[in-house]
Amino acid sequence: MTEERLIISRKTNNKFFLMIAVGVVLLIAGIIFMAAGGGAEHHAEGGHGEAAAAGHEAASWTKRLFVNLWLNNVYFTGIALIGTFFVAVQYVAYAGWSVLIKRIPMALNYYLPVGGVVMLLVFLFGGHDIFHWTHEYLYDVNHPEYDPIIAGKSGYLNFWFFVIRMIIYFALWIGFSMWLRKESMNEDLNGGTNYYHKSIRISAIFLVIFGITSSTSAWDWVLSIDTHWFSTMFGWYVFASWWVSGLAAITLTVIILKQNGYLKMVNSNHLHDLGKFVFAFSIFWTYIWFSQFLLYWYANIPEESIYFIERLGGNEGHFAWIFFMNLVVNFVLPFLVLMTRDAKRQMIMLKIVTIAILIGHWFDFYLMMMPGTLRTDAGLGFIEIGTALIFLGVFLLTFTKGLTKTSLVPVNHPFLEESVHHHV
Amino acid sequence: MNKKFVLGIYDDEDVLLTAIENIRAAGTKIYDVFSPYPVHGIDDVLGIKRSRLPIVAFFGGLFGMSFALWMQIWMMGFDWPMIIGGKPHIALPSFIPVTFELTVLVSAFSMVITFFIVSKLKPSLKVNVFDKRSTDDKFVMAIEVKDGVTNMTALNDLLRSNGAIEVNEKEVVK
Repeated sequence: MTEERLIISRKTNNKFFLMIAVGVVLLIAGIIFMAAGGGAEHHAEGGHGEAAAAGHEAASWTKRLFVNLWLNNVYFTGIALIGTFFVAVQYVAYAGWSVLIKRIPMALNYYLPVGGVVMLLVFLFGGHDIFHWTHEYLYDVNHPEYDPIIAGKSGYLNFWFFVIRMIIYFALWIGFSMWLRKESMNEDLNGGTNYYHKSIRISAIFLVIFGITSSTSAWDWVLSIDTHWFSTMFGWYVFASWWVSGLAAITLTVIILKQNGYLKMVNSNHLHDLGKFVFAFSIFWTYIWFSQFLLYWYANIPEESIYFIERLGGNEGHFAWIFFMNLVVNFVLPFLVLMTRDAKRQMIMLKIVTIAILIGHWFDFYLMMMPGTLRTDAGLGFIEIGTALIFLGVFLLTFTKGLTKTSLVPVNHPFLEESVHHHV
Repeated sequence: MNKKFVLGIYDDEDVLLTAIENIRAAGTKIYDVFSPYPVHGIDDVLGIKRSRLPIVAFFGGLFGMSFALWMQIWMMGFDWPMIIGGKPHIALPSFIPVTFELTVLVSAFSMVITFFIVSKLKPSLKVNVFDKRSTDDKFVMAIEVKDGVTNMTALNDLLRSNGAIEVNEKEVVK
């Protein structure tokens, strides 16, 4: 087997930088618009001007910016983390088919260090804007706004423990990603099955760690925005969302690389398997979504159903269209389009569905974070698009840089031959 | 009526696959190939068309879904309206689990039953075992001998030259 090196031309790199530049311009434009009186427009439309203005203050542009940074960073960190998770699952399952595309999920996690730094900085500077529970007075019995429920959670939800947990997550994730990567690179150089067996052991440990940290990080970063609310399925829900977006990202990258003349040995059989993954786990996500929804809808206990009320009729029906679009884009579309065997083997169908899923799950995270933070002030404007573009540009820069570092074909992987002759 | 078959016995999967390709290219029709386990790619070289069973599955599922929804809406909403848990008579979210189950059930059953009918699997079915070794460690390729052909040397040579380790003849009562 021959090596295959990806070359990212200066032109492609410039496109990523252009993406970031456009994002920055849009973001600044959005901030200027908002600072110059974007809030007024909202109140006029509500039709209850004075009363509403007295009741709540319009969110400042800094708050909107921090929430957007947090939203995009959680989304892209998740996709990056799924890269390591995917590789670990393939190792532990002794999978042969995925060897040819293994280097793509392995490079996804090059974003993790960036994600960690951004996560920490945004929390340190914008924590109060995103998380209600970070306010000190909630824990002070003598303060009029003392909140016994949040105070009762202070053993877990407190500033230092939160920061320490965040650092531990990223340290573990980055550490294991680098370890797996190192074994794989050494395997390329020296061959033999030692690296493979060692990778299986590393992956097994990582999967246990991932099982815990993916849940706890979901509680920390997403669930704790709605501090009063709780859901025993939430870790699963965020994982399902990350996992299906990660699979979509891997599939999309494989197709784009293939269309640009790389990954010559990957054929429709590998695409078929990736398509099955995307199809299956978009249904899995829906299953989790519905399991969570049905129980709260059926029991109809106010403190539980408030979460869904905020996303449907509450907040002046602000989020209702996203609530339903979320289901259509992330379930109905992949379910119907990818149902047949032929669709899973065609690049164009897979491309449409994976792009839709990537956008759809961004909105899924939007729907998890915005109602609890910006409420009716949440919008979809220059700030949202700009921030998303910046993050996408940075993500693609780190990801493609990671892809160029090794051969796209793991030349000495013991199951390489099996992957080349993969047939479904 | 008796039918006569020539059986080529193979002991290697790869030899078998190339043999099938060559024999079909030579214009000989292969009746069937028997193998102890599923061989990758054998459907393609034998020219077997893809199964249309998934279409049955889709329409079975569609029917199951419509039936489940109709049944629940009619029962709970019109035939015997009941208030359960303070919800409206027709409360769609609570119908989803049953709808899902019936979709899967009808889809699966319709596939199994269609498969039985199409492949004529029934208790009275008699199967001609051409060579018992095809359930152990040999691949058996059966070629039907046309009526009136008595000289087997041509077929024999064709099979032998394509790697058959043994060539037998067998008459089967139809």
